[in-house]
Parts: sequence; structure tokens; C-alpha cells
Amino acid sequence: MSTAAPGTRSVRTTAGPGAVRSRRSAFLTGTGTAVVLVAAVLAGVWVGAVPLPPGAVVATLLDRAVAPLGLDVPGALEGTRAAVLVELRLPRVVLAVLVGAGLAVSGAAYQGVFRNPLADPYLLGAAAGAGLGATLVIAYAPGQQVGPVGVVPLAAFVGALVGVGCALALGHVAGGSQSASLLLAGIAVAAFLAAAQTLVQQQNTDDLREIYGWLLGHLGGAQWSDVGLVLPYLGVAVGTLLLCARPMDVLAVGDDEARSLGVQPGRLRLLVVVAASLATASAVAVSGLIGFVGLVVPHIVRRLVGAANARVLPVSLLAGGAFLVLADLLARTVLSPAELPLGVVTAFVGAPFFAGLLWAGARRR
Amino acid sequence: MGGGTAAVSGRETTAEPRGGARVEVVGLDAGYGRRPVLSAVRFTVEPGGWLGVIGPNGSGKSTLLRSVLGLHPHTGQVRIDGRPLAGMPRRDRARLLAYAPQLPVLPEGVSTRDYVLLGRTPHRPLLAAPRRVDREVVADVMGRLELDGLADRAVVTLSGGEQQRAVLARALAQQPRVLLLDEPTAALDLGHAQQVLDLLDRLRRQDGLTVLSTLHDLTLAGQYADHLTLLAEGRVVAEGSPEQVLTAGVLSEHYGARARIVPGPHGPAVLPVRGA
Repeated sequence: MSTAAPGTRSVRTTAGPGAVRSRRSAFLTGTGTAVVLVAAVLAGVWVGAVPLPPGAVVATLLDRAVAPLGLDVPGALEGTRAAVLVELRLPRVVLAVLVGAGLAVSGAAYQGVFRNPLADPYLLGAAAGAGLGATLVIAYAPGQQVGPVGVVPLAAFVGALVGVGCALALGHVAGGSQSASLLLAGIAVAAFLAAAQTLVQQQNTDDLREIYGWLLGHLGGAQWSDVGLVLPYLGVAVGTLLLCARPMDVLAVGDDEARSLGVQPGRLRLLVVVAASLATASAVAVSGLIGFVGLVVPHIVRRLVGAANARVLPVSLLAGGAFLVLADLLARTVLSPAELPLGVVTAFVGAPFFAGLLWAGARRR
Repeated sequence: MGGGTAAVSGRETTAEPRGGARVEVVGLDAGYGRRPVLSAVRFTVEPGGWLGVIGPNGSGKSTLLRSVLGLHPHTGQVRIDGRPLAGMPRRDRARLLAYAPQLPVLPEGVSTRDYVLLGRTPHRPLLAAPRRVDREVVADVMGRLELDGLADRAVVTLSGGEQQRAVLARALAQQPRVLLLDEPTAALDLGHAQQVLDLLDRLRRQDGLTVLSTLHDLTLAGQYADHLTLLAEGRVVAEGSPEQVLTAGVLSEHYGARARIVPGPHGPAVLPVRGA
């Protein structure tokens, strides 16, 4: 790196005002976040209506992991408690990690390609589309199954993709690949779909409770089949986004300059938007509309590791997963045995935390 | 200044300057919607030359630069060393031409070093981390532009002159053969403007770079560019050496300006004078 400059004209050092976090501290932050995620996952499986001793949980997990090798770990849980761990708590925690990670990475990606700090994964109509899909099914075709999967997640998934698809098509007609026309198209589509959802909901007040329960976000009743439903889509989408992290940095200098650097901003933005929307749609399908994670986790991460997307995206992935596991832990323990809507908890806990962070940042300046 | 010559130039990794390329523009027409902005513009910049594009406000200077870069739709031909730019892959084009716009977009929260590193985009695999050679080219360029001390500062927190140097460093990290600069001194006071232009002139002579820049300050244009093209209402109305283009008659006709031309060793200076 550039060490001693020939002319020591500059009095400002690396730690001076406006200094940007070094790669080393970003690496430490990433490692720290990974540790927090592991701790959150363990807390998520320990704590609950049936308390499970931490040692036994770890032993059970190890036991299951090495079982194919014919090995046995002593102290593993048996019977009902093993079932609580493996069939109830574990899928729920894993799903929370996936959903939180997917929403946070999508939010970071949206904010990156639109160069807009207010962008979140629901911006282009994914939430409104999913909401309409889920509401239609709850109101008119309740209780259907498609194979092992309920029809509500499928309807939400399809609705989210249709919403974003409409926004992309409209944005393309209105102004090519420009980000402003895409954003406005998203707003128009979201408003229309939200109005349709409200109309359906208002016509079917009997189902109001269930519809609201879905809209406000939930991970109760999570099963391994839900994990299996989202994992392939989420894996492909998140993998694509992580690959796009470095090219996305070039978009930060604006479309003209990005083009002059040999990047095609329209194509890159489209790829990122499609991937982020796929991640969002799969997350929304199994969890409903959980706000705040996709908007704020990337901001917090950027404060810690700087703006380079090659750091922001992976750390957002870890932080989003950890955040949602902890939020879900609160949602199911605070008023136990009743559960709070997860979307309410994320905003309730996250908003003051974020406000505090802003305040601390302003004081430091 | 003067640290530039101390730049490490012996290393093989900091790719040797490839010299400037000849830029030819023939019959270039461009517009916004149906409104024509440029018509039948033609000029040639010799390798290592500096062509200043001057003209009154709204004469199409920025559009001309953006058309040459392929950022604005146009008809007509742009050739670099005889190769037409039309149909050339974007990355290849970006290795030939580097662009510093009049109002560069500086990203939030990005260090000056990472900002300059963006200039390596057309040279490195798009998905991979920057290679050693990329970091070395960046360190070299930042050394030449005396930006080392600012490497870890967020680029948005730099002063106007420092930001202009950072933008220039990003363009140079692209290792182009032609630099296209839209009003490189627009945001700078006189002293900083001269510093930047001196720096550009030195870099151009060291590397043999071709420079194509718009300049609204006619005196600076006359002092630094070795050829001038005067655009008025989208057409080339005068071209040649600064002495040939900057005459009281031309300025009166196309700028509606009253000015006296003061000849000097490095080119004419334009002195605006008040009318009777």
C-alpha cells in the first residue's frame, strides 16, 4: 500500500476525520458478526416454552451430525425434547436466519443499485404483490395444499414476482434502464396492488385476523419443508448478489461514468434487481411481510464496514440472519405462550436501536 | 508539486504508458429528441496533442464529449488510431478512453484509494478482487498526483481541488490513451485551476497522452491547449492554433463579447474589456 509519501504535505492521518474503515477492521467486524450469528442461533434453540439445556442441545446437534458415521455423542436429548428441538425449534431458527439474511442482502443490493438509502426489498412491489397473492388465497381458497407446501406461500411468492415483474416492465417502457423511472414504476405498481389487496381484504372481513397475521410477519409453525421451499431460490439469488458485489461498486459513480469504465449499468441493475427480488419473494413467501430488516440492517453494516459492497453484502447476510433470530426469540418469549407478530417486533426493537446509532454517529462527528 | 517525476516508473507491473492515440471525428451529428445539438462536427487530435473545445454556453461542448465516449446517441464516425469506436466492446473502449465529467458523482463512504481503484474496472476481471497490479497502478498514480496522504479519507470529504485530482487519478488508473475532460477546472479557483492544468500538461508530456477537453475559460484554453475548436450552435466555426482561433473578431461574432487579445509566450490571453 501507499506508505510514506515523498512530500509529507498532508497533515491528516488515516485516523483523521472522514477516514474510511480499513479492510482489517472490516474483516474483524465480519468475524464478530459471524460469532453473533452463531450465538443467536444457539440462544434461539435453547430458549422457549420447553427449556432445553444448552449442553444437551449441542450434544444432540453433534449427535445428529455424526450419526451417519456410526458415532454416538453422549448426553443427547431423547423423545419429546429431541422432537421439540429438531422438528420445532431448529427449523424455525434456520428459517429465521434464511429470511433475515435474504431480506438484508436484498435491501443492501437495492440500496446499492438505486444509489438510494431509502430503498428496501419491498420497494418495487414485492411486498404489495405478495400481500395480494396471500390475501386472495386466504380469502377464496383457504387450506389448500400443493404437495407438502401450503398454497399461501406459493401465492405470496408468485405475487411478489408478478409485482416486481410489472414494475420492471413499466419502468422499461417508461424510461429504459434509468433508476428513477424504475423507482417510480415500482411505486405505481405497489400502490395499485396494495389497493387491490385492501379491497379483497375489505370484502372478506371474516378472514381479517388470518390476513393480518400473515401480513405482519410470522415464523410460527415453521417446518423443514419451508426451509426446503426457500433454500434453492434464496441460494441462487444470494449467490448472484454476492458475485455482483464488486461490479455494483462501479454503479456508485453514476451511470455515465460507470459506462465510461466499461460497465453496462442497465444490465447490471436488472440482474441485481431480479436476483434481489427472487430472494425477497422467497423470504416473504414463508414469513409474510417483515419490515425494517431489509432497510436498516444494511445501514448499520455500512456504518461498521464502509460502503464497499464486497463487504456490505456478506456482513449484511450474517447480521440480517442474527437480527431476525433474536427478533423471533423476543416475539415468542415476551408474551409467552402468545406470540407477537414478528414484523412488529423487528420495528419495535430495531427502530430505537437505529435511532440510537444515528444519535451516536451525530455526536461523534 | 514536482513529486510526479519521482514516481516509480521502473516496475514492470505499473504498465508503461502506451502513448496517446489519434482521435478522429467525422460528420458527427447528435441531438436531444428531435432538437439537433451537433451537426457535421469534425476534428482530429494528433497523438499526444491537447485539443481544447471552446464555445458559448449551450453550443454542445459537453454533448460532443459524451458522443465521442459513446454515452450519447449520435451518427457519424469516431475513430481512435483509425479504429471505429462504434461496435467496439465497452471494456475495450474503456481501456482507450477515460472520462472525467464536469460534475463527477463521488460515492459516499468510499475512500479515495477505493475510488481511484474504480479506474481499474476495465482492466480487471469484473467479479474478482483487485489484483496486485491494480493496487500498484493505483499507488503509482496516487503518488504522482500527491494523493497518498488522502488515500484513506472518504473522497466526499476532500476539498474541491483534491476531489478534482482524485477524479483525474481515477481516469489515469484506467491507463487510457485518450483523456476526455469536461471542464476540468469549472469548480476550482484560479490557483487550483492552474495547478490542475499544469499537472495535466505534465502527465500528458510524460505519458504522451492525448487530451480532449472542454474549457470555458478562454485564457486557460489558449495557454494550455495546443489546438482549439470553437463550437457555436453545434457547428465547428473556427479551428486551429490558439492564436488563430482566439481573435477579437471571432469572440465578438460568436460570444458577443468585447475582448482584447494579449499575446504571450505560451499562447494568447483573453482580456475582457468594457465597451464605450
